[in-house]
Amino acid sequence: MKNVFKVFSKNKIGLIGLIIFVSFVLIAIFANFLAPYDPMEIQFLAEGGVARLQPPSLDHLLGTTYMGRDVLSQMIIGSRVAVLVGVISAVCVAFIGTNIGLIAGYFGGITERILMGIVDVMYGLPFLPFALILVSVLGPGVQNVILAIVLITWRNSSRVIRSQALSLKNRTFIEAAKLSGASDWRILYKHIAPNVIPISLIYVSTSMASAIMTESSISFLGLGDPMQVSWGRILFTCYSSQAMFKAPWWILPPGFAITLLVLSGYMMGRGFEEVANPKLKER
Amino acid sequence: MALLELNEVSIEYKLSNGKLKAVDNVSLNVENGDVVGLVGESGCGKSTLIKGIINLLPSNGKITNGEVIFEGEDLSKLEFEKMRKKRWKEISMITQSAMNSLNPVYRVGNQITEVILEHEKMSKHDAMEKAKELFDLVGLDRARLEDYPHQYSGGMKQRAIIAMSLALDPKLIIADEPTTALDVIVQSQILEKINALLEGYSGSMILVTHDISVVAQTCNKVAVMYGGRIIEYGDVKQVLKKPNHPYTMGLKNAFPSLTGEKKDLISIEGTPPDLSKKIDGCRFKDRCPFVLDKCKSGEMPFTRVESGYYYCARHDEIDHLRELADLSETWDV
Amino acid sequence: MTERTKVIEAIDLHKEFMVKIKGDGKVREIKSLKAVDGINLHVCKGETLGIVGESGCGKTTTAKLFLGLHNATMGSILLGDKDISHLKGKELKNFRKHAQMIFQDPYESLNPRFKIKNTIMEPLEIHGIGKDKAERYEMAKQMLSEAGLKPPEEYMDRYPHEMSGGQKQRVAIARALVLNPDFLIADEPVSMLDVSIRASILKLLRKMITEKDLAGIIISHDISLIRYISDRTAVMYLGKIVEQGSTEELIEKRYHPYTKALLEAAPNPDPEVKFTLENIKGEAPNPVDIPKGCRFHPRCPECMEICKMITPQEYDMGNGHKVMCHLYGDKNE
Repeated sequence: MKNVFKVFSKNKIGLIGLIIFVSFVLIAIFANFLAPYDPMEIQFLAEGGVARLQPPSLDHLLGTTYMGRDVLSQMIIGSRVAVLVGVISAVCVAFIGTNIGLIAGYFGGITERILMGIVDVMYGLPFLPFALILVSVLGPGVQNVILAIVLITWRNSSRVIRSQALSLKNRTFIEAAKLSGASDWRILYKHIAPNVIPISLIYVSTSMASAIMTESSISFLGLGDPMQVSWGRILFTCYSSQAMFKAPWWILPPGFAITLLVLSGYMMGRGFEEVANPKLKER
Repeated sequence: MALLELNEVSIEYKLSNGKLKAVDNVSLNVENGDVVGLVGESGCGKSTLIKGIINLLPSNGKITNGEVIFEGEDLSKLEFEKMRKKRWKEISMITQSAMNSLNPVYRVGNQITEVILEHEKMSKHDAMEKAKELFDLVGLDRARLEDYPHQYSGGMKQRAIIAMSLALDPKLIIADEPTTALDVIVQSQILEKINALLEGYSGSMILVTHDISVVAQTCNKVAVMYGGRIIEYGDVKQVLKKPNHPYTMGLKNAFPSLTGEKKDLISIEGTPPDLSKKIDGCRFKDRCPFVLDKCKSGEMPFTRVESGYYYCARHDEIDHLRELADLSETWDV
Repeated sequence: MTERTKVIEAIDLHKEFMVKIKGDGKVREIKSLKAVDGINLHVCKGETLGIVGESGCGKTTTAKLFLGLHNATMGSILLGDKDISHLKGKELKNFRKHAQMIFQDPYESLNPRFKIKNTIMEPLEIHGIGKDKAERYEMAKQMLSEAGLKPPEEYMDRYPHEMSGGQKQRVAIARALVLNPDFLIADEPVSMLDVSIRASILKLLRKMITEKDLAGIIISHDISLIRYISDRTAVMYLGKIVEQGSTEELIEKRYHPYTKALLEAAPNPDPEVKFTLENIKGEAPNPVDIPKGCRFHPRCPECMEICKMITPQEYDMGNGHKVMCHLYGDKNE
């Protein structure tokens, strides 16, 4: 872990990614304190009447929506869903993918054939349609979105981790551990796993990015939880109120935030790539 | 005029955190017909030196000083294209992993004739004839020219590479650990072959190796490299029988031998100097059992001997040191 | 020679692998590769046995059989009076305490993400030796200093990449011996190390084997090196032990033509002793196509008619010196 921070301190792209990501996490954690208004509360003008589609002003830094809600507050509260979906799915994806990859690669034989067979089937499923169907069957809600994302994306990391485990298990130091009397599970989790963790971390950060994208897409397509403010949902309401071209202050912030957070994921991925493959550092 | 003349050559690598002086002020002459062994441990700069000679340094490496004169022409100033023409034809190179440099999708015979045809005007038929002769020379079956590299064993591939490097009768062959990956018997067969072939047309060779037994068996001159410098150079019999530099003495006594009485093998404890730092005094001072205060600073004196030279501050007591160096206690830490 | 207790013994040991012969990207044929083809070997307490042979002769497979990393196809390995050739589960884990190995490449054999102390403490932890972490730490420290890394505190918290090759090999030796095994195999323990420090690693191995009264096997391709470290030597060729006996006698008498060839081809550091190669032809054949009769006959300078038909049996030349060659057949008949 110490190495990870060392690399980040030298790798500018990774560091910037980390800073952006941490800022979003902080915003999400303190969202209730930071948001100036209740995101669902309808704002009124001083002279009376709903503050519909107000451009940015001192009262509403990012303006208001068609329903007269404060965009900044929606953005801040919406970050919670993005960060939650991103982090939870990424951790689940990495956990499942890494374990399945390790087990398949290390034990080989029938275990490997079955697990990799499942992976092949998963590869046959188209991502977004599957997620949409799952969410519409199970009903909208953050947990179902996360489930859909995890069910699909673990396939990517398990493939790569398997090939890593496959090459690591033939290394001499694994043979040496076997000679010391180490059990299979010990070899797998004490000797092989630490050597693949940097690669898992690449997948944590990139699958976080893709999870956020997916969540936004699902909400934008109207399948998000109507009771939850999320960035995708903001885009969806903006689109369905036909205000896309009239109110740039409404449409741009969620788009920008999604891009930024997704980007931070890929940037951190770059940093982890250097941990995993120190040769890249010399370039 | 010597065939190859290295004059005060220094080579540096640029690293992310500074410079590394891999070769420091090396001078060496190779005459026609010479087989020079270049020995040293890993990281001593021997591979860098030969890459410098044939202009194949990696992009962060550069000859910062001195000249590499081959037949009166400074190779270090030669354009890449001209140098490319000289490779194979005048200077050819055999590396440790050369056997992996055969292209797996072409027949070995075609690869050899291609090298010949690129440099010499002759018909394809004549080139194939030449390849057949070469195969005879290196002890491979002519019929094997029709085979693909994967049908060869390691030793056969290495022989094929040697055949290829000899195809144009180069004046100088640079061989970097050409037989290290091979078994003893095959290694000896190949070394003997190369020697006989070179003798045939009085070609020269620089043989880079870590194994002084190989040098003893194949070379007539030997240059011992340590920490970026040739610390001793001379006739192979003189250097290996009566070494003048303490490092050479140690190296000689570290080698197992099948003949003679079974003396204790010695070991030179410690590690070679860090070439990214400036070295003051003798390069070998940290591992030398004979180190004195005068060894610890300044340049070491250059002492010329009959067949070569060496650098050692205690040059006036070498005979005595040699006696001590034969005792294994001398080297105990 | 006093009769010593046998620690480990292989009786008619066989190991066969099934290999796929590929042609044009498809599996053409499945052939059996007899990596170890009926060998008999034993090692006594405090004794070092050298196994020498060319690459592919089966010496590493033999080592892995002895350690239970492969299961034997036929035959048995006795540790004391227990057959350990097919152990599983708890019994195998228990056996691990008795047999350990030093690998060729110290750069590969240590987990790059483990600190030295963790590498050495791990075997203790696995077998529940030492009552707590602190005691295991002390044991590891003690072992490290026995392996010549002094003061041990300085090395305990390092990672492998912060050490030199020789130091890493010392760590590997410490890890192997911390369990107090009865039996130690070293597979080419110094071939990846610089010549100047090889002797110290060999001396350390030697010292550990004699002091701790272990049975040691040292595998090498270099017969001159074997001369310095082993009491008895076995020469292996294509899966069979063609000659074995006390090292000095084997080198002196060299009954088997293959032993003779190996000895004659070994380069000598003395430039006045040149190798002779008239004796041997070609390279060892691929182990999937072992020649009929004596497997050495196609390369043998003394090949007779009988050699092409019948595999020679092992003949006892006295003093435990055995040779598998028809040349010595009439002596026993």
